[in-house]
Amino acid sequence: MADLKKTPLNAAHRALGAKMVDFGGWDMPVQYPAGIIAEHQAVRGQAGLFDVSHMGEFRVKGPDALRFLDWLTPNAVSKLVDGQIHYTGFLTERGTFVDDLLIYREAGDDFLLVVNAGNIDKDFAWVEDKAKGFEVAVTNESDATGQVALQGPDAEAILQGLTDLELAGIGYYFFKRGQVAGIPCLVSRTGYTGEDGFEIYCAAKDSEAIWNAVLAAGQGKGLVPAGLGCRNTLRLESKMALYGHEISDEIHALEAGLGWIVKLDKGDFLGREALQKAKDAGLPRKVVGFRTLEKRDIARDGMPVVKDGAQVGFVTSGAPSPTLGQNIGLAMVPAGDAKVGSRIFIEIRGKAAEAEVIPTPFYKRK
Amino acid sequence: MYPAELKYTKDHEWVKDLGDGTALVGITHFAQDALGDVVFVQLPEAGSSHAQHDEFGTVESVKTVSELFMPMACEVIEANGELEAHPEFVNEDPYGKGWMLKVKVSGALPADLLDAKGYEALVSAESH
Repeated sequence: MADLKKTPLNAAHRALGAKMVDFGGWDMPVQYPAGIIAEHQAVRGQAGLFDVSHMGEFRVKGPDALRFLDWLTPNAVSKLVDGQIHYTGFLTERGTFVDDLLIYREAGDDFLLVVNAGNIDKDFAWVEDKAKGFEVAVTNESDATGQVALQGPDAEAILQGLTDLELAGIGYYFFKRGQVAGIPCLVSRTGYTGEDGFEIYCAAKDSEAIWNAVLAAGQGKGLVPAGLGCRNTLRLESKMALYGHEISDEIHALEAGLGWIVKLDKGDFLGREALQKAKDAGLPRKVVGFRTLEKRDIARDGMPVVKDGAQVGFVTSGAPSPTLGQNIGLAMVPAGDAKVGSRIFIEIRGKAAEAEVIPTPFYKRK
Repeated sequence: MYPAELKYTKDHEWVKDLGDGTALVGITHFAQDALGDVVFVQLPEAGSSHAQHDEFGTVESVKTVSELFMPMACEVIEANGELEAHPEFVNEDPYGKGWMLKVKVSGALPADLLDAKGYEALVSAESH
């Protein structure tokens, strides 16, 4: 335990009675005393506050920043305007994932990249290596940066009382800089839950003040501290990919169902050739959403998808869905079984459990 | 958290000896807390016979699944049907409404079951 990394909010989580777990080398709260289902429902109904300080932040700055990122990543960085964000990936030459990330455009020569906690070292080495020959400076600001995510339909009402920013004026996947509780922050309308909400970036030393101020502002309004357990069920219901599950070094962007971040016509980028070939050839397999038919059958990550006694795919994520009351999951299956309505079979404890391919996202906010 | 009148296994089941050759079986506070929100409990049918340490069912929570192991050789008299509609009883009241099986014990209770003190020592070692 002594080797686990801690966010600046570690003591605050323990004081709230959180159950802490090792998450990719970080000592993080999986749930607070309310439990995963109650926290999940609070985020869908009112609001939840997550510590996401473990996420990594890199800055890419310089005259070649835009040109470099447009080549390094598959989405169209050139289409971003100042204050805008998009979801994208670091792809290998094979079109598979080193990681997924958000790119924030601060200015035409200044971008903030937000990457997964467990991949910070690998990603930074990747970006530094690829930046050779470009006139850019790449810095790792992860340790100096704190981040909390306020998510849920009441997020804006709760946060507005604490900030000088006009939150209604921040569109989905846009950000502004301002003050929260009198502390300088970057506030973006983004999240990993499928609800409206904000991610608030601040100096690491200010994280606890921000965390406490937001929790206090949400007191009596249904706001709860929310852990990684419900973060996973929330993102799964919204079919947001998780590195190491739907996306990995072995899964390319098109078969992951992330064709929308791959702009094949924007010019050359890392992985473009492989993805163009894969697209032209047609995809032999694909990530789909499913529900199992029996209440007792809960699919979990890594379980085989079987057909006529042989393995033909695998579950990438699975859990009981607190919102739908159904056991849902995502699985890599042969293209022939990927249509909505197809029946697939998942091996659960030695038995082939029947499941139906259903439309995704499983949950969409109104 | 670990009632003195119960016996415990290293796999985190409890046994309540009813004194007439029958016993109740469930999972401990430590087990339900580690699992988190329980959403499904799979239990064996009445009339089924089991050896000690046999896997007799599973508990599914939101985040994980765990197997259940028989504390002693026995025959199932009744499985708690309430848990089908209310799996959360396992979290809310693990030694009461969250009971899982009523069984007919084959012979005496095994000597390797722990008393409350012994079990508490085991879980405090596991959680550190």
